[in-house]
Amino acid sequence: MRGPGFLESIEAAFPGAVVGSQLEALDPWVEIAPARIADVCRWLKTAGEPRFDALECITAVDWFEPDAKKAAKVSWQPHLEIVYHLWSTTARASLVLKVNLPRWSGDVAGHLPELPSVTGVWRTADWHEREVYDLSGVLFTGHPDLRRILCPEDWVGYPLRKDYEMPLDYHGIRGR
Amino acid sequence: MSNLIDDDPRIIEFDVRTDEMLVNMGPQHPSTHGVLRLVLRTDGEIVSETEPHIGYLHRCAEKIGENVSPRQWIPYTDRLDYLAAMNMNLGWALTVEKLMRHEVGEKARHLRVLIAELNRIGSHLVGMGAYGLDLGTFSPFLYAFREREKILDLFEEACGARLTYSYITCGGATADLPPGWLQKCEAFLDQFEPIIKEYHALLTTNAIFVKRTAGIGVLSREMAIDYGCSGPVLRGSGVDQDMRRDGESIYTGMYDGYAFEVAVQKDGRYPRDHSYPSVPKEAVLGDCWHRFFVRMLEVVQSMDLVRQAIDRYAACKEPLGEPMKLAEKLPVGDAYLETEAPKGQMGFYVVGNGTSIPWRVRARSSSFSNLSVTHELCRGCLIADVPAIVGSLDIVMGEIDR
Repeated sequence: MRGPGFLESIEAAFPGAVVGSQLEALDPWVEIAPARIADVCRWLKTAGEPRFDALECITAVDWFEPDAKKAAKVSWQPHLEIVYHLWSTTARASLVLKVNLPRWSGDVAGHLPELPSVTGVWRTADWHEREVYDLSGVLFTGHPDLRRILCPEDWVGYPLRKDYEMPLDYHGIRGR
Repeated sequence: MSNLIDDDPRIIEFDVRTDEMLVNMGPQHPSTHGVLRLVLRTDGEIVSETEPHIGYLHRCAEKIGENVSPRQWIPYTDRLDYLAAMNMNLGWALTVEKLMRHEVGEKARHLRVLIAELNRIGSHLVGMGAYGLDLGTFSPFLYAFREREKILDLFEEACGARLTYSYITCGGATADLPPGWLQKCEAFLDQFEPIIKEYHALLTTNAIFVKRTAGIGVLSREMAIDYGCSGPVLRGSGVDQDMRRDGESIYTGMYDGYAFEVAVQKDGRYPRDHSYPSVPKEAVLGDCWHRFFVRMLEVVQSMDLVRQAIDRYAACKEPLGEPMKLAEKLPVGDAYLETEAPKGQMGFYVVGNGTSIPWRVRARSSSFSNLSVTHELCRGCLIADVPAIVGSLDIVMGEIDR
């Protein structure tokens, strides 16, 4: 979505919700404050112009470098980035929303960061959020049925985290 | 939910209410198209709740993508939708090309259209044949595989593989078509065209088939969009959307100059209505029959596109060009691209960080979203209709579990 005034219309509806944007990028994106994401999404689907009536994908990107030598050189602070790819079937336009979260809530390893769920906005978010929870470890508050979807229910850890270590053993099956 | 069951005419007809029972279908069940487990909550023959359990085929494809270069990940894309591996290769190759702002030459472009559309025919043939199996008829399956075998022969000649091709790759294709291939492809199309009538006679207009599919599993337009459905499932509900026409310019540019009409019902009519059997009276827009019919129309549409691509490809005299290097460095940034694979919109997301290994790779599969609508479609249907509904979504577990 490259249209002029689009960013301003979100700003006007939700003052302070837009915390960053990059409209010159390959896929222009808007960064939303974590606490506001569900409200902004509901507005984008029902009131904004054009209406983004379809959610295509939710992705979590783990910005963390486990190698200390390489980590000293990177330009970013460790964080989790949740990327929402939206689509408007009427205007045939796409929109990318990003949300930055701490890797662990309160910086305590194992405490999952929380983010409002958008299942109330698009029902397809149900499975997509379960997948992000399963593989990247994000707790979606307000999700009706947040449990693992691809991994077994008793799996330990979040495989798509960069510091994830493959278990050596799972019910007697050798891991490495 | 209880209202829905109380209002169901079939309940009144059978006039039975028994204790609820949990029925387990799969993960090894012939009608689940791979390893899908469905847990049904039933009241006698009526299903009140369906819970799909997925993940039996999870192979950490995305994690592997974070450890290999984009071209090395091409073979893993083969194994997403293994019935349309060429389309998977194409989706990933285009996404990487979008991130690198790379554009392939004319010849590679027409070659890609030709190969991808041919694979779409193959994929829809499996979808059609397997759907027949789901409904208890064996012969359409054999008819479909007889023709698909010829497509596989063509692919084998082009790239050496029959299922996992890794043919289309970042920056072009691994090799040019061998001499004489185009003639063989044309001969196949000529031979295949009249056969489609047989398929329509065997399934589309078959009274039993119509009874099993028409009016079953009706997916409304709004629900299809809300659940992120795509491809024939979305178009079967009457939503006029096809990424080959509506997608991003790097993808739609591939189809520049190609004439095709999106297979969707508009004002009660399908494109080129006169040349196909008419829609049966019992069929409701968005039901299993329509989803199946859209696939059948796309077979003809793809044949048209292959014919056009053959002419354009043959007219290109320059060489195909070399694909990207194996360890080409990716720029910092991210790119997301959706392409129209046979099963629906296949999205790939890649995050580059200046090295040749992507920081993050994501595959958004159409079957994943299409399957998530099952519990809505199966609510209140008969147990025997569950395979009919799941089959009409034409899912492939490879791309759901990744």
